Formats: sequence, structure tokens, C-alpha cells
Amino acid sequence: MPAPIRLRELIRTIRTARTQAEEREMIQKECAAIRSSFREEDNTYRCRNVAKLLYMHMLGYPAHFGQLECLKLIASQKFTDKRIGYLGAMLLLDERQDVHLLMTNCIKNDLNHSTQYVQGLALCTLGCMGSSEMCRDLAGEVEKLLKTSNSYLRKKAALCAVHVIRKVPELMEMFLPATKNLLSEKNHGVLHTSVVLLTEMCERSPDMLAHFRKLVPQLVRILKNLIMSGYSPEHDVSGISDPFLQVRILRLLRILGKSDDDSSEAMNDILAQVATNTETSKNVGNAILYETVLTIMDIKSESGLRVLAINILGRFLLNNDKNIRYVALTSLLKTVQTDHNAVQRHRSTIVDCLKDLDVSIKRRAMELSFALVNGNNIRGMMKELLYFLDSCDPEFKADCASGVFLAAEKYAPSKRWHIDTIMRVLTTAGSYVRDDSVPNLIQLITNSVEMHAYTVQRLYKALLDDISQQPLVQVASWCIGEYGDLLVSGQCEEEEPIQVTEDEVLDVLEGLLVSNLSTPVTRGYALTAIMKLSTRFSSVNRIKKVVSIYGSSIDVELQQRAVEYNALFKKYDHMRPALLERMPIMEKTATNGPTEIVQTNGETEPSVVESKHPPPVTQPTNQVTLISQSFNYLLLLTLCLGIPPMTAYNKNGLKIDFTFERANPNPNIAVITIHASNSTEADMTDFVFQAAVPKTFQLQLLSPSSNVVPALNQGTVTQVIRVLNPQKQQLRMRIKLTYTLKGSAVQDLAEVNNFPPQSWQ
Amino acid sequence: MMRFLLLFSRQGKLRLQKWFTPIPEREKKKIIREMTTMVLARQPRSCNFLHWKDLKIIYKRYASLYFCLAIENHENELLALEVIHRYVELLDKYFGNVCELDIIFNFEKAYFILDEFLLGGEIQETSKQIVNRCIESSDMLQEDDSSEWYEVELFG
Repeated sequence: MPAPIRLRELIRTIRTARTQAEEREMIQKECAAIRSSFREEDNTYRCRNVAKLLYMHMLGYPAHFGQLECLKLIASQKFTDKRIGYLGAMLLLDERQDVHLLMTNCIKNDLNHSTQYVQGLALCTLGCMGSSEMCRDLAGEVEKLLKTSNSYLRKKAALCAVHVIRKVPELMEMFLPATKNLLSEKNHGVLHTSVVLLTEMCERSPDMLAHFRKLVPQLVRILKNLIMSGYSPEHDVSGISDPFLQVRILRLLRILGKSDDDSSEAMNDILAQVATNTETSKNVGNAILYETVLTIMDIKSESGLRVLAINILGRFLLNNDKNIRYVALTSLLKTVQTDHNAVQRHRSTIVDCLKDLDVSIKRRAMELSFALVNGNNIRGMMKELLYFLDSCDPEFKADCASGVFLAAEKYAPSKRWHIDTIMRVLTTAGSYVRDDSVPNLIQLITNSVEMHAYTVQRLYKALLDDISQQPLVQVASWCIGEYGDLLVSGQCEEEEPIQVTEDEVLDVLEGLLVSNLSTPVTRGYALTAIMKLSTRFSSVNRIKKVVSIYGSSIDVELQQRAVEYNALFKKYDHMRPALLERMPIMEKTATNGPTEIVQTNGETEPSVVESKHPPPVTQPTNQVTLISQSFNYLLLLTLCLGIPPMTAYNKNGLKIDFTFERANPNPNIAVITIHASNSTEADMTDFVFQAAVPKTFQLQLLSPSSNVVPALNQGTVTQVIRVLNPQKQQLRMRIKLTYTLKGSAVQDLAEVNNFPPQSWQ
Repeated sequence: MMRFLLLFSRQGKLRLQKWFTPIPEREKKKIIREMTTMVLARQPRSCNFLHWKDLKIIYKRYASLYFCLAIENHENELLALEVIHRYVELLDKYFGNVCELDIIFNFEKAYFILDEFLLGGEIQETSKQIVNRCIESSDMLQEDDSSEWYEVELFG
């Protein structure tokens, strides 16, 4: 049996493969060889074979048949075997496999091995992938090693303890005694990992946090030494001594100082020192400054220190390094709520970042800009933001447009400015505007009474230029329908009124109906607008013609509208002016709370909700139902028929409505249809409706549609009543209702006296 | 803490993967695909930070290799850049002017070095010299072993 090929030879061979298929073939061949070698329980070459398997695993091929072999390697006495075995365990095994529990004993033995590098391997593996059970079993060993004087092992044990605590938080207490002298270590590795361990404990337990607050002076001292000490070759990074340790200490100080006046005061000086003395020419210095700023902002620092921190961020914004600018914008976004004025001072720099080439920076700058808009700077800021809206990538346009609308609504200096701003957004980013903006804008325009003529004129002119942007077209159609009369009469005060005839306006609206660019929703808007103009324009015949044409449109929505409008012209012309008159000022109904803008188009990847940032742009969603768009068809029908429906009875979940018709040919007979509905959770069975009328009337009750009224308003029972009223007396009725609900019989009597006059006159 | 570290070439070939939390194999493959796509699509002069799910992705290109480190949201991204840089320096010292081929042919060494620098998603040693010394000592232990088996060369 020839020796299995060496690892590096295998790598070389596989790399010569010219196609995926060729590679796969080589791999399969080698895997087969490795498998048979494993079967033969070959100790000599196990290590080599597992190493090869790990390589192939990295290329994406399955390697699960090597899992047990890793365990055998770990159990071996040879260091080489253990090294590869543990590596294999970390790569191929995780707590989802039962196999890995078998490691526990090996690890336990190796934790007590005479060679520190073997102990190190065990600690590393446990700290990387130990399951909760393993952690429970081995926590004691880790705790022992945490107290050793061997700094190589102590630092690893500290991080292993962190892992144990993450997996089994209840075990945290047992590590407390061992933490006693951790910070007196001189060894930086131990110091660093100790700070990590302390941080983990403080983050998880308020008691621990309180307990460790006494360490603040010691931490401050260590940090001071790091800054003041001279050059230390072992830990130097670009002239800074152990930046990793500095940052970790700053973070622990942040946690200890938060909401605690005394601790915060104890660290004020050192924070100021770090903030002013750290070299900022390289990334490493800025990393420390960044952490310092985060700490200053989080603890109870004095205001001078806070201003210093914000100024550091301001300087970051001017740095050539993109990463630093990005980090500054992110941090400013976090602090803008609490230190608004300080951040305002850097507004112009922030606005400049809108022009940055980097997508991530642009997005942060946009969010921050919106957060900084207020009554004083609205005009200037809006100019910049609108310019940004013009030139930014499509992924930003929706959010930016929404932000502009919101800011304009909050801080508009004048109605005209507001309308102009809206127009600007609609014309430049019209296709990206969110759907719910359309009803919001319509409401806004309706309520700006004095601007109607100006608005409709500007919207009309915009339509002449471009009908491709649907939100713009929809708002414009709606306005023309409402205010078309102002448009043709040339009443605009704000700017030069344009000369436009009724026919020209109707041309434009009809153009929308036939254009391929218009969506079905837009067509609906256009048709309704045309209809509304029938009460505002004199060219009614033209409008009638258009409406009747669309009565046979294949678009069901459009067809239904056209048919209804036709009905308005034909039978119910007397209703038309009332129905189509000017909309009243709308009340804002339900306002949902501020919603975070989800970055649906952030950077280059799918949506991420910034859970750490306060909502930078909020969008209240108003439920505005535009009556002119969503006709209540039942209401319309009955309105057209002249007699409004009424509710005769409404009790215990049973509701009975009456609708009316005049019977032909006898006008003395009122035909009433009852509609019974049931809002309770159970059906009403054996439902019987009975009615009685005064002697001068005659009553005929036809068969009901059913005697089960379905629960939860899922259907109605109808029944027709014919009432003869030759003496045209006021109609009165007594009704009796019986039904069974949830097993018990219910009976009720009621008088119905609220008949509308038209029903009996 | 750090969640994972990936090294991949400009063609998207994986050269090293270190995971600090337990993740199913299929999920790992998916993440690797997403990371390589995202990072390779970045413009040359963009900033080195990305957002992905609830993590920050810090990436940096060194010669033909991309180093991609995922950290939790509250971690310091500027320091993460230093972590990547420190790892590159360690590799460089060990291999002497390290290049991608070194990492391909000696991937297990790259892991050993990483395991002396990071542990459980945190930094375990901040001194370059100490890490290098440990690796050298461990390597010597290995040679001690193989001297008993002189006819068998375990790593070609």
C-alpha cells in the first residue's frame, strides 16, 4: 500500500485542474483513498489525511466522514496530531453534532497536560466552539487555569471563561474570585483578556457592574501609563502603545461610568487627556479617539468634555480618510438627539458630505441632514437636499423624497414655499415618491385654500411637460378635477396666470386616459377628474361622450366608474352637482407613530434596520380616505334612488337595515328590503323577522333569503316587505325578532319610527 | 465580539474561514457567497465598512486577497481595521513577505497563527513578538515529533 500523497502535493495537483469537473474527479479519487485509509485505522498517516480533507473542505467538498478521525487525532500523544485534530474539530464539528461531545474528555486531559502548548490548544478549541454541556463540564478546569501564574495560559483561560459565560451565564459567579488580581498583571495579553472578561461580566449583571466600579481608578492608571509611557517595541503601533488595550479599557470605562456620577467624574481627566494627546495622523490613533468620543457621550461627562467630543467628530468629518468620515457621521447621528446644538455647528460640513462619492457616506449624511433641519435653517437645508435629490442614485430617492415632504410639512415658512417644494420633488423624483405620499399631498393641497389656483396651474404646466411620473400625474389629475374652474378662469395671483381653454384641459386629461405610460390607478384618477369637471366646465357634452366610451373599457375598475358616472348623467342628474362639489377641508385621521425608515436600498445589500440609531426620518401615515376616489357604491346607489337607507334595529350584535324602493306601477306601495347582519362570534339560527303596522296600512311579507344570520358580519339575511299606504300616513312599524344564539333562544320587540319622509310621502 | 473572518481571492475563492459562533454548514456556505458577492462588488475607493443584517462587515484588500471581518454592531470598526492589519503583519513575519500562495499551501499554519492572535471572537495577545514566539515554539514541538518518525514526512 503506497503512502498517501502529501498535503502540499495534493494541493499542487488539484490546482492544475482546468475545469470544475476535473477538480471534482481528483477530489473524489483522493477522498476514496482517504476513506479506505481511515478504514484501515492507520495511525501513521491519519494526520496527513485529515489535513488533506480540511483542504478539500475549504474548496467546498463534504468532509463529514473525517469527523471521528479528528477525535482520534486529538486523543493521540503526538503534538502534530493534536494540532491538526483540534483544527479539524474546529472546522468540521460544532455543537450540532453529537460527535463533538466525545471531545470533552480529551479536552479535559489536555487542559491538564504538561506542555503549555497542548493546554493552549485545548483552551482555544473550548473557547471557540465549546457547547453549553462542555462548558458546564469543564468550567472548573478553566477557572483553575485562570489563576495560574503562566501568562500564556492565563490569557487564554480568560477568553475561554468569556465563552463559558456566554454559553452558560449562570456560571459567571464561579469566575468572580479569580478576577481579583487580574488587573495587577503586567502582561498585556493577560491585561487585555482580563478587561474583556470584566466587560462581559459587567454587561451581563448589574451586581457585577456595581462590584467592579471600584476598579475605575486602577483602569484609569493603566490607561494613563499606556499614554504617558515611552516607546515600547512590543506593543507599539505607529507610535501608540497597545491601541487594542487602550480601546478595551475605554469601553470598560464607558460601561462603568454610565449612569454613575462618581465613576464618570473619576475618568473625566483621563478622557480629556486621551482626546487631546492622541496622534491623529493614522487610523490607529483615530480608532482610539473614536472610542473615547463614544465613552464621553455615554457617561455623565461635563459639558466641556461633550463639546470636545463633538468637535473631534467635526474634525473627523474633514479627514481625507473615508472610513473616518463615515464613522463620524454614524456617531453624530447617534448624538444628534441629545446634543442637537453642538451637532448643528457642524451642519455645513455634514451637508458637504452629501456630495461625497461614497454611497455609505452619502446615506449617513442624508439621514443626519434631515435630523438637523429646523425652523431656522429650513430654506437653506432644503435647497441642498433638493439638489441632492436631483443628483443622487435611485436607491436614495424614495427616502429622500419622503424626508423632504416631512421636513417641509413641519417647518414650511410659507404655503407657497411648501407647494413649490412639493412640486420640485414631484417633478424631479416623481417616480420614486412613495404611494402613500399621493393622498397626503392631496390633503395638504386641499387644506391650503388660498393656493389652489397657483397649485393647479403649476401642476397643469408640469403635466404638459411630462406624464410619465405617476405620483405627479395622479396629484395633478386630482387637482385639475377639483380646481379646473380656477385654471381656465386665469385667477392665479402668485404668478402670471396662463391662458388655457376647457378643451385644452380635457385634451390633457383624455391624453392620460389613452397613454401607455399611465397605470390603471392613474387612469382612474383621470376619469374621475374629467367627471368632476362636468360641474365646473361648460363642455358637458364632451365629458358625457368620454364617460360613455369608458363604460365598455376592459379595465373593470374604469368600466365601473364610467357606468356609475353615466348613471349620474342619465337618471340622477339632479344629484350630480352635490356629489361632485368642491372637497371640504380634510381632518387628519389616525396618525401612526414615527416609523423608522428601513434602509431598503442601503449600500449594496438588502435592508438593514439600524437598531442603534434613533429614527432619523419619521413618516406619519395618515389614513385619508378620499371620497372622490373610493365611492361608497351602496351609498351612491341609494342616494341616486332618492331614499336613504336606515338602521331599524341594532342591539346585541344584531343589526337590521331597511332599504327602500318605489314599486312600479303603484306609487302607494313602499317596497322595503330588510338586511339583517350579525356581528357576534356565533351564527344566529332559526332567525325569524315579523312586522306589524297600524290599521291604515297593509303589509305583505315575502320569504326571507335564509333563517341563519352568519357570525361576524359574513353575510346578511334579506327579506322583502311591501307596505301599502293609500292615505300617505306617516309610516310606523313594530318588529319582532326571534333567533337562537349559542344554544339559547332570544326574542325581542322594537318600534321603528325613524322612517325617512320620502318612504311614505 | 467578532463573528467570523474570511479570506478570499479576487475570483471569490475561499482561502480561510474562521467562525466564532456555531453555524450550520449550509448557512456558512450561504454567508460566504453573500460576503464575496458584496465585497467584490464594491467600488475601489469606497469606505471599508458595510452593513449586513445586524453586523458590521469590515473588509480590506491586501494584494490579491480580501480580508473580511464581521463584528457586532457595538464594536469599533476602525479598530477592526487594525485587527486585520495585525493579522497580515503576523502572517508576513512568519512567512517572510507573505503572498496568497503561502496561505494556499500552508493554510493550516495560517490557522495556527490566527488561533494565537484571536480566541472566541476576541483578541488574546496584543504583542506581535509574543505571538510569533509561540508559533515558533509550537512548530519546534512538531519537529520534535516528526524526528521520531524520520521516514515519514507529515507535511511534504
